[in-house]
Amino acid sequence: MTATAAPAPPDEQSDDEALPLRRTPARKRLVPYWLLLPGILWLIVFFAAPLVYQASTSIQTGSLEEGFKVTWHFATYWDALAEYWPQFVRSVGYAAVATVLCLLLGYPLAYLIAFKAGRWRNLVMILVIAPFFTSFLIRTLAWKTILADGGPVVGALNALHLLDVTSALGITEGHRVLATPLAVVCGLTYNFLPFMVLPLYTSLERIDPRLHEAAGDLYARPATTFRRVTFPLSMPGVVAGTLLTFIPAAGDYINSELLGSTDQKMIGNVIQSQFLRVLDYPTAAALSFLLMAAILAMVTLYIRKSGTEDLV
Amino acid sequence: MAATDTPAQDPTATTAPAAAPAPRRSSGKGLRWLRRNLVTLAGLATLAYLILPNVVVMVFSFNKPNGRFNYQWTRFSTDAWTDPCGVADMCGSLGLSLEIAVWATVGATVLGTMIAFALARYRFRARAAVNTLIFLPMAMPEVVMAASLATLFLNMGIQFGFWTILIAHIMFCLSFVVTAVKARVMSMDPRLEQAAQDLYATPVQTFLRVTLPIAAPGIAAGALLSFALSFDDFIITNFNAGSTVTFPMFVWGSAQRGTPVQINVIGTAMFLVAVLCVLAGQLAGNRRKRSKRS
Repeated sequence: MTATAAPAPPDEQSDDEALPLRRTPARKRLVPYWLLLPGILWLIVFFAAPLVYQASTSIQTGSLEEGFKVTWHFATYWDALAEYWPQFVRSVGYAAVATVLCLLLGYPLAYLIAFKAGRWRNLVMILVIAPFFTSFLIRTLAWKTILADGGPVVGALNALHLLDVTSALGITEGHRVLATPLAVVCGLTYNFLPFMVLPLYTSLERIDPRLHEAAGDLYARPATTFRRVTFPLSMPGVVAGTLLTFIPAAGDYINSELLGSTDQKMIGNVIQSQFLRVLDYPTAAALSFLLMAAILAMVTLYIRKSGTEDLV
Repeated sequence: MAATDTPAQDPTATTAPAAAPAPRRSSGKGLRWLRRNLVTLAGLATLAYLILPNVVVMVFSFNKPNGRFNYQWTRFSTDAWTDPCGVADMCGSLGLSLEIAVWATVGATVLGTMIAFALARYRFRARAAVNTLIFLPMAMPEVVMAASLATLFLNMGIQFGFWTILIAHIMFCLSFVVTAVKARVMSMDPRLEQAAQDLYATPVQTFLRVTLPIAAPGIAAGALLSFALSFDDFIITNFNAGSTVTFPMFVWGSAQRGTPVQINVIGTAMFLVAVLCVLAGQLAGNRRKRSKRS
């Protein structure tokens, strides 16, 4: 990346007033590099370099007192995987379920805003964005109240014997919702739902409503119109929404910490406690490197498969 | 919100084909109405799911809990509203969060707008590399960025605190500003700038009086997004704050120590102020549009 600024001839700056005709294009050629320089430098120093640094930390050994040294100790990776693979699998699983739920819940809402809300569109839009203005930690804590053991939600679910069903499926335990996978997935779904709704809305809103009329004129039933016209045209939104939901959800540790128990710990929780409490930096680095690699691999595969490479 | 359904109920008002439920006409008006409005009802249910926690936060800001935790309704009280800063350190952390958010917004908006203009307006080498570097922070789980940056600070022996938080916030807000501004500048008609130059405007005049005003909504969107992201950030701050406590860090800590009602007061107040601002902005926009038309 340092080569970016290289084509700038250094002596170009010195001859100030001479040869104005030849100087102008040279200066112009430099403009983009000067515009890029500070921001890109910031990203290199505080984003890219730390990632490289972290990769080297993951193969170090040592202790806090004696300091850490690079010893090419790749065993950290195997040890970390052997110990924390359940959290890894859980993270991917919870994030995948939350993403699917976000899509199922978010699509009707995006559709409503794009095609049905009419003059209420702006109000509904505000209501989708407004929750952002209250700190998400406060809102996640509110779920503790909503899903509380003696609360109306748990009471209703118990009365309908739904919690017996979910307990049999292993997503709740006993007659409660808090401190179960259901609560964590519910929190994840809630927290990342707007990230699904907004891109979906953007791509739905671009669809020409006349296409719907045309489909209807050609005797397509509404379900067929949706399957053959609307949904395919909203694919960019679906891809963007799933990525924006899945990636942060897989690395999240707030929902499982606030709404789950020790049995719902995700990989984010492990990285956080290894780094901030256990102070085992190599393990934390190895785990977050693995998480990054896994997510980048999945995202690349997904973008290839869904065929919208121009998305990025 | 139920009023949203009324236009769809009237078959003459909708453009959607109304021929679908023909074979089931006998199954009653109610069922037909339900079928036609199923999407609307599902959308409204999702909306309710999104809004519910805010309602709970608001209601529980009037609670007077017995214990240290504000999770169970006890009785109505306005104590917390009359004494919002009654909890030790909370308003201090709120002020710190606002301060960091303002500086992070300024930093990210300036740096991000510059990059966006370079990307939208110039051809240069390493373009693909720059695009990747902008995209990656948005496609990276926050824990990964947080842990790696903290590792760097730790090994450089840099003291964690205000500056490390600010550096981290500018870093992750930058990409969002670039995306917002770039989209706006790209969609701008280049003939406007050519016209300005044909009318003998200098490049500086063209930039200040034509380009910048047109790009302004994109810059404003990027800045607003930066402010919101920075103010509400927890994960990256958690790793890079040391013993400095921002507002989200305070809330996180209180989840362990006991949640004061004042947290809900702050949450509700922020929500109301933001909604009022948006509504006011929209009303002003509508009025301007109307006065332009007449």
